[in-house]
Amino acid sequence: MSSVPLLLDIKNLHVHFIVYGGRLRVLDGINFYMHDGEKVGLVGETGCGKTTTMKTILRVLPMPPAHIPQGEIFFKGRDILKMNNTSLQQVRGRGIAMIFQDPTAALNPVFNIGEQMGAVIKHSAIRGKRSSHQEVHQQAISSLQEVALADPERLLRSYPIQLSGGMRQRVCIGMALSTRPELLIADEPGTSLDVTIQDQVLRLIRTLVEEKNTSIILITHTLGIVRELTDRVYVMYAGNMVEVAPTKKLFANPRHPYTQGLLSTVPRLTGGGIASGIPGRIPDYLNPPAGCRFHPRCTYVMDICRAQKPALFRPDQDHEVACFLYQDQPKDATTP
Amino acid sequence: MTTDILTATELKKYFIIGQTRWLKGKPITVKAVDNISFSIHEGETLGLVGESGSGKSTIAYTIVGMYRPTSGSLKFQGEDLFPPKRKRPLHLRKEIQIVFQDPGSSLNPRRNIKEILELPLRIHQPGKNLLEQIIHLLEIVDMPPEYMYKYPHMVSGGEKQIVAVARALATNPSLIILDEPTSALDVSVQAKTINLFLRLQSEFNLSYLFITHDLSLMRNVASRVAIMYLGKICEVAETADFFQNPCHPYTQMLLSSIPVVSEEEEALKPKKVISTGEIPSPVNIPTGCSFNTRCPFVMDICYRIDPVMVEAGKDHTVRCHLYHQPAPISNERAD
Repeated sequence: MSSVPLLLDIKNLHVHFIVYGGRLRVLDGINFYMHDGEKVGLVGETGCGKTTTMKTILRVLPMPPAHIPQGEIFFKGRDILKMNNTSLQQVRGRGIAMIFQDPTAALNPVFNIGEQMGAVIKHSAIRGKRSSHQEVHQQAISSLQEVALADPERLLRSYPIQLSGGMRQRVCIGMALSTRPELLIADEPGTSLDVTIQDQVLRLIRTLVEEKNTSIILITHTLGIVRELTDRVYVMYAGNMVEVAPTKKLFANPRHPYTQGLLSTVPRLTGGGIASGIPGRIPDYLNPPAGCRFHPRCTYVMDICRAQKPALFRPDQDHEVACFLYQDQPKDATTP
Repeated sequence: MTTDILTATELKKYFIIGQTRWLKGKPITVKAVDNISFSIHEGETLGLVGESGSGKSTIAYTIVGMYRPTSGSLKFQGEDLFPPKRKRPLHLRKEIQIVFQDPGSSLNPRRNIKEILELPLRIHQPGKNLLEQIIHLLEIVDMPPEYMYKYPHMVSGGEKQIVAVARALATNPSLIILDEPTSALDVSVQAKTINLFLRLQSEFNLSYLFITHDLSLMRNVASRVAIMYLGKICEVAETADFFQNPCHPYTQMLLSSIPVVSEEEEALKPKKVISTGEIPSPVNIPTGCSFNTRCPFVMDICYRIDPVMVEAGKDHTVRCHLYHQPAPISNERAD
């Protein structure tokens, strides 16, 4: 055990959704940790539970239908799931901030940017200290300048509809960072933007995060973005973490059959055609397959995969894989 | 000798979106497609790449006949696609089909897959056994026949797109326009769909106009690539040449913005150009070269004169003032 507490430590998190047809077992025992100042990527296809995980961390998941049968989420040593509302409000904003995929949906269309930013800044101000209108205004302007937006005065008076997609996302980033959070969760921050604008937004996030030494969790299904922006990657499949490794290692030497399949389907700039992809489709959460949830699609499937859920094995230092192909290697002790 | 299946010459599509002033005002136009000439060879895949708002989809919709061009001509195997004062004849409609971006909204949710596939068959191949043909169509796209009675909401996004492909194939076309067919899909599903497109192309000798914003996908699919910016084509080249030697500054900017997954790809990206600025509003296109607001190599002439297409190599044309200059300068700038 290291003496420095982990910034975020998720232990054996299960999240179910209770729906008309039964119980959707979406998150199936997730373990996740990150240190202070780390840049972590979370990759997976649509519907694998990336966003559910992050929404659970902020406790913004509507409950019901969501239901958490077991699991703990420690943020700086305190369990978020057991917090009362007051302490939760302190974590949100000052502790953890989030950037959403679609900036158009994240901003309220009937308030101008100034009002929305002001609300965030006022809310996150230190308890008991009331900032004057002037201070809030100043802080909003400096936040907008940080995200390289020209003419912040005018921007504060404009409504989201008057801005382009790239500008809206910059406003969202500025808003999220205006509270000086310790952890920033970016949920597909560039997906709804054009490539050139996406590149600008991602570079902006990187410089800001490095400048302020903020930790970041980057959620995406674009593998290239993860490679450029993060130190360590979690690969998720059907509500399970299937592989964890430092970014360079993961791209050089993917271990899990799912990660290998996913990487092979990415079209390359060097050409050479596209692999045929992974057969089958993501399982139904109502009746997920027993054992390893990837076994119906896996080409290396063994008997044990159908019966037992693989633990995280460690084929080499700091590379963890939830796959029985690596069971000869020493088994992982739980998170450090 | 390659023959052209489709040729567009000086194609223009302007939309009138309002008036400057009530009553006496001048119309405000958006030049969605502005004086574009290109051709699609038989059996090839022409990739059309550009950011949102560059007019890619307007070209697609004009070719299938959803819009009538403001001026210019569009010929399919020598036949005019827009005969004056007449609707497009049925035999031409049959030849050109389209697959839309979002399969969720391009399939009628109240009809099952059988009914969806029936309509084009009834119109274009009347009198044949419908059921047999539908089963055959589903076989072509590797879909089990029992899917016939499913409704769009019962199948996954990738499968919906495959139904849309089957619908396009129903008329036995020779040119299919793929308007961002995989941008709504995950990479692993995208891989499957793309491989289906490639198989169908060789099986039925199809030509594709593949519209996308994903250049790395284009590298693997297209035989030629055309880049669009604000209603104009700025560069056209053979795929291999295009990626080795991107000429237009905008192309270089696009290439340098792509997130990639390996070191070899990283080496291919132009390093000198980094993405700045945003695509201007198509209502107020800058005078001169429309890219002058974002171009790192901008010169005085770019603000005054709109460049014309020049040859930058074999089968490689580019619309940029850098290449109007004597050779040594263009080499240095081209990188």
